[in-house]
Amino acid sequence: MCLGIPGQVVEIIDPADHRATVDVDGVRREVNVGLVMGDAGGIKVGDWVLIHVGFAMTKIDEEEAASTLEFIKQLGSVYDDEIRDFSAEAPL
Amino acid sequence: MTEERRDDHSHEDEVLERIEAWRRRRPKLKDEFINSAHGAGGKASAALIDAVFLEAFRNKSLETMADGAVLELPGGDRVAFSTDGYVVKPRRFPGGSVGDLAVNGTVNDLAMMGAVPQWLSASFIIEDGFSITELRDLVADMAAAALKAGVQIVTGDTKVVNKGACDGVYITTAGVGVIPANIHLDAKSVRPGDKVLVSGKIGDHGVAVLIARGDLALEADIPTDSAPLGELVEHLLAAAPNTRFLRDPTRGGVATVLNELAREAEVGVVMQESALPIRNIVNGACEILGIDPLYVANEGKLVAVVPAEETEAALAAMQAHPFGVDAAVIGEIREDPPGIVILNTVFGGNRIVDMLVGDPLPRIC
Amino acid sequence: MKFVDEYRDPAAARQILGHITELAKDGHYKFMEVCGGHTHTIYKHGIENVLPETVELVHGPGCPVCVIPMGRVDDAIAVAETPGVIFTSFGDMMRVPGGNGNLLEAKARGADVRMVYSPLDALRIAIANPDKKVVFFAVGFETTAPSTAVTVMKAMEKGVTNFSLFCNHVTIVPPLKAILDSPDLRLNGFLGPGHVSTVIGNRPYRFVPAQYGLPLVTAGFEPLDILQSILMLLRQIDEGRCEVENQYTRAVPEHGNPKALEILAEVFELRPHFEWRGLGFISQSALKLREKYAAWDAELLYEVPGVRVADPKACQCGEVLKGVIKPWECKVFGTACTPETPIGTCMVSSEGACAAYYNYGRFTKHQTVAVELGRSKAPAPV
Repeated sequence: MCLGIPGQVVEIIDPADHRATVDVDGVRREVNVGLVMGDAGGIKVGDWVLIHVGFAMTKIDEEEAASTLEFIKQLGSVYDDEIRDFSAEAPL
Repeated sequence: MTEERRDDHSHEDEVLERIEAWRRRRPKLKDEFINSAHGAGGKASAALIDAVFLEAFRNKSLETMADGAVLELPGGDRVAFSTDGYVVKPRRFPGGSVGDLAVNGTVNDLAMMGAVPQWLSASFIIEDGFSITELRDLVADMAAAALKAGVQIVTGDTKVVNKGACDGVYITTAGVGVIPANIHLDAKSVRPGDKVLVSGKIGDHGVAVLIARGDLALEADIPTDSAPLGELVEHLLAAAPNTRFLRDPTRGGVATVLNELAREAEVGVVMQESALPIRNIVNGACEILGIDPLYVANEGKLVAVVPAEETEAALAAMQAHPFGVDAAVIGEIREDPPGIVILNTVFGGNRIVDMLVGDPLPRIC
Repeated sequence: MKFVDEYRDPAAARQILGHITELAKDGHYKFMEVCGGHTHTIYKHGIENVLPETVELVHGPGCPVCVIPMGRVDDAIAVAETPGVIFTSFGDMMRVPGGNGNLLEAKARGADVRMVYSPLDALRIAIANPDKKVVFFAVGFETTAPSTAVTVMKAMEKGVTNFSLFCNHVTIVPPLKAILDSPDLRLNGFLGPGHVSTVIGNRPYRFVPAQYGLPLVTAGFEPLDILQSILMLLRQIDEGRCEVENQYTRAVPEHGNPKALEILAEVFELRPHFEWRGLGFISQSALKLREKYAAWDAELLYEVPGVRVADPKACQCGEVLKGVIKPWECKVFGTACTPETPIGTCMVSSEGACAAYYNYGRFTKHQTVAVELGRSKAPAPV
């Protein structure tokens, strides 16, 4: 449910009215950032937020994002046989 | 795999076959009133055409349900004949207007039948009070597009209706072109092993118009791809003379064209997601709105099916033309499963790409 | 796209799948993804056909569009057809059938029905059309409700009196409980709804392991997120743990979004009960506007039929939602019930289990041969 798309804050239009512009792969839209203004460090140009129905719902934590990917990398290829079996079955 | 799971699968297959049989039935018109889905080129359009127009007008040419009709003249020459109405809103959008769409759209329908587009008619339904300056601008766009496409607008009609009876101006064009004797394009000639090509980035026009409409408050620097494809088709057919099938993925997008093809030719189509040429910006807009670029309209692109051995030549010919620079091979024709379009995803899975019911609607969830 | 593409990496997927296959090799595991967004991702990327047969995914009730009962859609249409009303809705709701057609059909009959991307756009339409009454069809879980709440607060603050809300917001925990309480349920764990959790955090799910003895992992929405979450569930089971874990740490803070929760509490209160399509009445499972915002409450401003339309008898959505049967095992699946003419909740939106399976899932396991594309130029980034 609830389509949430990562976008980068490129302009704070009006901090009092919680208006900011975000960029999603070159597409810009004004969003309301009132729900994330209270987050640590507030909201500033360059921050990544998760956008849902024209609102920034949460700030995306870049360190956490990196550590999730790191975790996946760390998994390594311990089970080589299974991986080979899998690769043989499905196109990747 | 346990015994129980295998049973499970054959039961699932049975159900799937039942569904396919159900799906292949002629579309049934159940609605009492027209709604927007009937004009969107999806399943609802097909049902309406079948139940109302085909029912009344039935003849061999119409039954092919192609973008136009192929007519044989007494001397043996074949002409392609096509018509289309243009009501896009807004009338002007980045890179184009309803004026050049009205020319390019009909020109492309002719080109997709292998014809060399030659003559167009233009009919205008204009709302009382419409600005003559704007009309002049739209007509200038049409003239410029006709010049670029190498066609002449040779006849026309004008009607003015009461204020409110139409939204500004509606343009209908019809076109005629001659099909060279050696060209025979037909969905039914498509064979397993043939390759599916697209002439460039997909989804540009639909996204440009959606954004220009303004009600979604999105901003993006993306112009329409509106272009006449007659010359591109000539080059393509010269390089790949056994090309089986051409169609322009306008409303309903690439997915709809391939579904129509799969249905008509009774073949399966398998696409490779990683090969789809899509601009980041179009992807971004589609992600925001929760729509799939495969269903988004194009106005200057074509989908071609060519025999495997002519693929490289076809691709090179398109890439050498300004309107085909980003052409790519996106998939191939398979025997199985007939009537179905499948996408192998970037991620390594696969899924069905079905016909849509109506226009893709932006979604939040 | 940043935070998207890197979570679709096939090589990393292979690694995770190797671990999943190893951990699941001696059993059979059924996990429910609560959220329709996950269902959508699973089918859109073809995740089901890369998972080992020993891991089965059951598609849960978390699609806010699907669960709106037919009677409420009829009410929405009645409001939309009131003279002088501009009725605004997310695109998702436009084709959802009530007992008597859908909003697109009401629009075709002449109602002024407009699609909006954000509730704030609906408010903007109200401000631009002072001679009209603008109603917004509010649907969604806790993810969407704060946006609506902010919009109503802004309407009050700016004194916009020609705007109102037809409120159908629902909450995630009660249907989860309803599913857990059903006697025929056979699940081994849950993928928790990532975007709801950005608002409510992870704490509200603690009852799942505590009272029902099942693990729950709050999951993100990209393919690798889902695979990693499945692996985390299997590891909990393997290690004898049973707890709430968070895979989607880049977006979900442990305590959710306190500001959003505060605004929700300010604007909304719980309804005593609310009907869910496919699940029946569930107490305290939906939100309504507080007395203070009565002037913006469409349910008080417009006369609606308010008639309950029973779910069709042939429909087995309840069993699909509980994972008792697969979509294709339903008697009407794909014949009487299709995305064009849905009978049950699961076929209504592309996020519903049946619609997702119908649109994306059929036949896929038969076609796993890669396409030989020749020397095609790879699409260059623009």
